[in-house]
Amino acid sequence: MATSLPVAANAYALEPMTIARASRDLDDVFTFEFDVPGGFAFRPGQFNMLYVHGVGEVPISISGDPATPQRLVHTIRAVGTVTRVMDKLKAGDVLGVRGPYGAAWPLDELRGKDVLVMTGGLGLAPLRPAILHLLAHRGDYGRITILYGARSPADILYRDELARWRGRFDCRVEAIVDRAGRDWYGPIGVVTRLLDGLPLDPDDGVLLCGPEIMMRFAVRALDERGVPRTNIWVSLERSMKCGVGLCGHCQLGGSFVCKDGPVYRFDRIAPALQVREL
Amino acid sequence: MLDLNQRVVLDRAGFAALLQALADDGHALVGPTVGDGAIVLDAIAGIDDLPRGVGDDQAPGHYRLRDRGDAALFGYAVSPHAWKRELLPPRVPLVQIRRSATGLAIEAAPAPTRKVAFIGVRGCELAAIAIQDRVLATGAHPDADYAARRAQSFILAVHCGSPAGTCFCVSMETGPRARGAFDLAATELLDGEHRFVIEIGSDAGRAILARVASRTATTDDVTAATAVTDHAATQMGRAMPTAGLRDLLMANLEHPRWQHVADRCLGCANCTMSCPTCFCTSVEDTTDLSGDVATRTRRWDSCFTADFAYVHGGSARPSLRARYRQWMTHKLATWHDQFDSSGCVGCGRCITWCPVGIDLTEEVAAIRAAPAPRSHADG
Ligand SMILES: Cc1cc2nc3c(=O)[nH]c(=O)nc-3n(C[C@H](O)[C@H](O)[C@H](O)COP(=O)(O)OP(=O)(O)OC[C@H]3O[C@@H](n4cnc5c(N)ncnc54)[C@H](O)[C@@H]3O)c2cc1C
Ligand code: SF4
Ligand code: SF4
Ligand code: FES
Repeated sequence: MATSLPVAANAYALEPMTIARASRDLDDVFTFEFDVPGGFAFRPGQFNMLYVHGVGEVPISISGDPATPQRLVHTIRAVGTVTRVMDKLKAGDVLGVRGPYGAAWPLDELRGKDVLVMTGGLGLAPLRPAILHLLAHRGDYGRITILYGARSPADILYRDELARWRGRFDCRVEAIVDRAGRDWYGPIGVVTRLLDGLPLDPDDGVLLCGPEIMMRFAVRALDERGVPRTNIWVSLERSMKCGVGLCGHCQLGGSFVCKDGPVYRFDRIAPALQVREL
Repeated sequence: MLDLNQRVVLDRAGFAALLQALADDGHALVGPTVGDGAIVLDAIAGIDDLPRGVGDDQAPGHYRLRDRGDAALFGYAVSPHAWKRELLPPRVPLVQIRRSATGLAIEAAPAPTRKVAFIGVRGCELAAIAIQDRVLATGAHPDADYAARRAQSFILAVHCGSPAGTCFCVSMETGPRARGAFDLAATELLDGEHRFVIEIGSDAGRAILARVASRTATTDDVTAATAVTDHAATQMGRAMPTAGLRDLLMANLEHPRWQHVADRCLGCANCTMSCPTCFCTSVEDTTDLSGDVATRTRRWDSCFTADFAYVHGGSARPSLRARYRQWMTHKLATWHDQFDSSGCVGCGRCITWCPVGIDLTEEVAAIRAAPAPRSHADG
């Protein structure tokens, strides 16, 4: 039937972008920066699909500062086919980029509140834009606390920046590691341990990102501290081929993680997360 | 000038002329034809390529053509092929990326420019197309290839007079009478003169129909046409009561029946491939010999495959139990949450083409008969 469906732009068309700066964060983690003179506007928590010529395309969160959209930043861990090839790229190499996609951290909604950021491992990468926004609009928020867990001191991401944030008098930054040698003077254990003794109000907003198991434990600990699940936001990872709701790969129950997420208010996604293998 | 509400009658020659008029108007004709022991949807030149006097016997894990002993051109239920082969083809190039000294040059695949007339679309199939329109063409990021194919399709529906043993369109309220967006819809009448009662669904349909000789339908013609689908509605091989179905399944995500079905399921993905609404795809990368020209191709995928839900750390659904549950709850439950409709139109293909004859209506009935007292999803 001759329909009234709109003529659509190709949702898979990508934009070539040249890596302006490439830097190594950890053994298997690296950061690419792209200069985008016209600006690559995004909301903290959103992701892009990054394509390596002839190899494949993967979803990667945007890790840059939302206040400087002329610089697009991605921090990536080499884990498999595509990301291992990315690991070998350097400044001057070209990637395909499309996005930004997905739901963002609720930074407007949290205005006027205390904000707790809890993250583990590479989970700091998708939260960095949110943290930068919170600190840049410091007066809009109450207390700001950042709790970060890593496997070992050598696995701490954005080390210098964490130190810088910690040096500010207007936010609290705590890091903890699973295991460490004698040169580590900080606490040892899982990130939820850092909640002990931390002042928490049920009205606080919590932004959570890390391995799913870490997020589960964190929610449980927050439950015990009386923070309702309506005040907790998480960012989820699922298999994604399209990023825009067409391919079906990212489904979690009735939700498409690529367009309904990846950031969810926890109470809205908790029922799906509670069912094993959903 | 024909009126949109007018019904007209074409005899066999008139129907042949209608197909010819569509072809003359620049449409490629795609319709049912006999091939490989089945009725397949393929390019047809005209009326002579349609099946003649061929019916289909369908049962769980069973499909066979049979001789009807009459002249029916549409005397079967549904083809194993769904129209998604035309609208969401198994493989479609999306973009080509050429690497050169100066970087990457991206070239989006040209939008398909082929007018296709779909001949013999059933009610269930029309409903399936409407469902895929919803999924693929109406969101914030429509699938351009699908939307272009869809915009250039002409739909000649044929109301169903011969449901199969695996059909349950009455339960799903999608048939046997086609409703919704067709250009023309025909009822084939075999009693008395072999003829077709035609309804007009669009201006495009009216324009084509105006080009062939027809006569106005009599009350008898219209009554006979209604009788065909009324009778077909009593011939459903299966039924699946839908009242409360979404909530029933969501409250039974840990029901022992999922393991029972997993013990039989081969994970072959036949059900998803044959289903007219299943839309899952993957994107594949290939390069030419020089390595400089890469093509990204969209291809059908299935939630039954082992790597469908792989993320760092493993599959989100390692067990067949979880994969079958994903498929069936998506069709019958979460589809409502996502797209405000069922994802199943009751065509029965997944039942017929399952090599071990797994029947979703039976699985639903088993869960309905003994629902779990309480589910994890509630808490
Ligand atoms: C919204 C979102 C945001 C993300 N943000 C970031 C980010 O900011 N930074 C980041 O580094 N990552 C991020 N990720 C994760 C990132 O997308 C994945 O790490 C990436 O897709 C991996 O792709 P790959 O081709 O390198 O690995 P793949 O080859 O796809 O492998 C991924 C993992 O699965 C395993 N695997 C794959 N296929 C199979 C198979 N058939 N059998 C067994 N195991 C298999 C691999 O061994 C590997 O551990 C994000 C993911 C999502 C969904
Ligand atoms: S689930 Fe089965 S019966 Fe329902 S539309 Fe798909 S193939 Fe047809
Ligand atoms: S067709 Fe049957 S055996 Fe194959 S995946 Fe579907 S339910 Fe399982
Ligand atoms: S990633 Fe394709 S639908 Fe979500």
